[in-house]
Amino acid sequence: MNNATLSVTESNQDVLAVSLSGDWLLGEELPDSGAVLDRLEQTPKPATVTFDSEQLGEWDTGLVKALIAINRGAAANGIEMDTSGLPTGAQRLLALAFAVEERKGARRVFKDKGFLEQVGENVQEGLANARELLTFTGDLVLSCGRFLRRKATYQRSDFWQFIQEAGAEAFPIVSLICFLIGMIFAFVGVMQLNLFGAGIYTADLVAVAMIREMSAIMTGIIMAGRTGAAYAAQIGTMKVNEEVDALTTLGMHPIDYLVTPRVFALIVMMPLLALYGSIMGIIGGALVGIAMLDVTLLQYASQTVESVHLNSLFGGLFKSIVYGILVALAGCQQGMACGNSALAVGQSTTKAVVMGIVLIVVSASILTVIYINLGI
Amino acid sequence: MAGDQPHIIGKDLTMAYGDFLIQENLNFTINRGDVFIIMGGSGCGKSTLLKVMIGLKSPATGDVFYDGKPFWSSREQEQESAKRKFGTLFQSGALWSSMTLAENIGLALQQYTDLGEAEIREVAAYKLMLVGLAGFEDYYPNEISGGMKKRAGLARAMALDPEILFFDEPSAGLDPISAKLLDDLILELRESLGTTVVVVTHELASIFAIGNNSVFLDPVTKTQLATGNPNELRDHHPNFEVRNFLQRGEAEDEAA
Repeated sequence: MNNATLSVTESNQDVLAVSLSGDWLLGEELPDSGAVLDRLEQTPKPATVTFDSEQLGEWDTGLVKALIAINRGAAANGIEMDTSGLPTGAQRLLALAFAVEERKGARRVFKDKGFLEQVGENVQEGLANARELLTFTGDLVLSCGRFLRRKATYQRSDFWQFIQEAGAEAFPIVSLICFLIGMIFAFVGVMQLNLFGAGIYTADLVAVAMIREMSAIMTGIIMAGRTGAAYAAQIGTMKVNEEVDALTTLGMHPIDYLVTPRVFALIVMMPLLALYGSIMGIIGGALVGIAMLDVTLLQYASQTVESVHLNSLFGGLFKSIVYGILVALAGCQQGMACGNSALAVGQSTTKAVVMGIVLIVVSASILTVIYINLGI
Repeated sequence: MAGDQPHIIGKDLTMAYGDFLIQENLNFTINRGDVFIIMGGSGCGKSTLLKVMIGLKSPATGDVFYDGKPFWSSREQEQESAKRKFGTLFQSGALWSSMTLAENIGLALQQYTDLGEAEIREVAAYKLMLVGLAGFEDYYPNEISGGMKKRAGLARAMALDPEILFFDEPSAGLDPISAKLLDDLILELRESLGTTVVVVTHELASIFAIGNNSVFLDPVTKTQLATGNPNELRDHHPNFEVRNFLQRGEAEDEAA
């Protein structure tokens, strides 16, 4: 292994001779060609650059890279480059590299955007997204009309499949999460309410919290991560594979076929899941309450039954339907807006989950305020 | 064939994505029974032109006329019924992955005809037989090879006995023999069904084997350089770019 060296000699005023020796291999330490480039800038300028590669050992891209830099420098200063002293392979590679001229405007220029420009662009993008979402929602409403009037085309079997995926298959996770949430509420209730000797009201706390709010929210968030993401990925992949285009060219509405059945599957299944989640939460809370408080199962149960009003139950179920619609909307909208690459499918899946959760929490706050004002 | 009866006419078509111009001033006439090739280098807008023709993307200006009726300036319902006469084979087949091949083919029939389930299945089986996939009714798209997917896609495109078949790069990703078989199939269908065929491709072998009419799109000038029979364009067209493309970059530049 010989160290690569580069030396510059000027035998006469017109010729700048560059001697190369040693092994010019990428990844080894290579001499800096800056000396040559600096010399090319200085006056008096040489007329030609020549090369001497008698002593040159092995070489690869490391050498050609340096030659390209020198060639660029020479061209920029109007200096001719005589490559005849180079190995034949290197000459040909250089010729090949410069055979096709750089296309004008092809090189990307990355310029730093000012703060205002960036903010402006983000705002515009946000507005465009909002408009897209609004258009999509409008299309979806029309499509739901067709669905209910039985004018929409979709696969019945698909619909039942969605029901199964969003319903039965979500049971285990919903059970676990709601059960544990119920237990956590009960722990907090027992700890705090016992301070006032009001431990039995833990039953009220758990039941009302689960039925009115928590079960619907937790189920909604689970469905955003489970089903919303799946919807975005399924529809996004169909988009990438041109399957959505194939539907459109047959004169069918992709929204009727792909989106509406999914939305209705969640509309049907979400309240059932939320109801089931409430029961699991109450059971979880009861276990903790009975274990930690001095009450019997019967006392706890009757306290629970007394605390739950029909209004709370229907309020909670209505919320779960709203969350279901929002999760399906976020998932399907992101899927339909998906770009044309594998990367885009990942992005739209992520966005679907984030958007689903944000929509759930925001609508939960709004609905709670409305409920309070209505006295529900 | 049926002779020189114009079936599809593209008039003053300009296509653009936002401000980005793809192609402008495209004018061509496709006669009934033609095999019309949309050709040109990579990225010149061939697939975009196809999308305009099958109603997926609206042109910036101009219109496509089917049997003398404008497509893009007509109402949505008329567009829908015009689309029903199209069959499209997408680049990767674009079979619906959640359905079997028979269901893929049957969907359009279920949608637009009054046939019963058993009849639909029979029709689907027949279409699969035509493309050499007899017995594959109950396979899912991910269970068959790329070439078979294309043929299944073709069977689906033919489900409603379309008057016009559109192909997006039919031979892309196929080995030469499968590509040849697909070409033969396209010609056979044209002969037996009298279908007008529109093909986007840059495979020279296919272009000369099946095409009798074409349009050549140029990415530099962003317009069409030639239209007509590709075999004649190859030897006699005055434009160097066109001849060079059709002779695989080996044309002699008379001007040089």
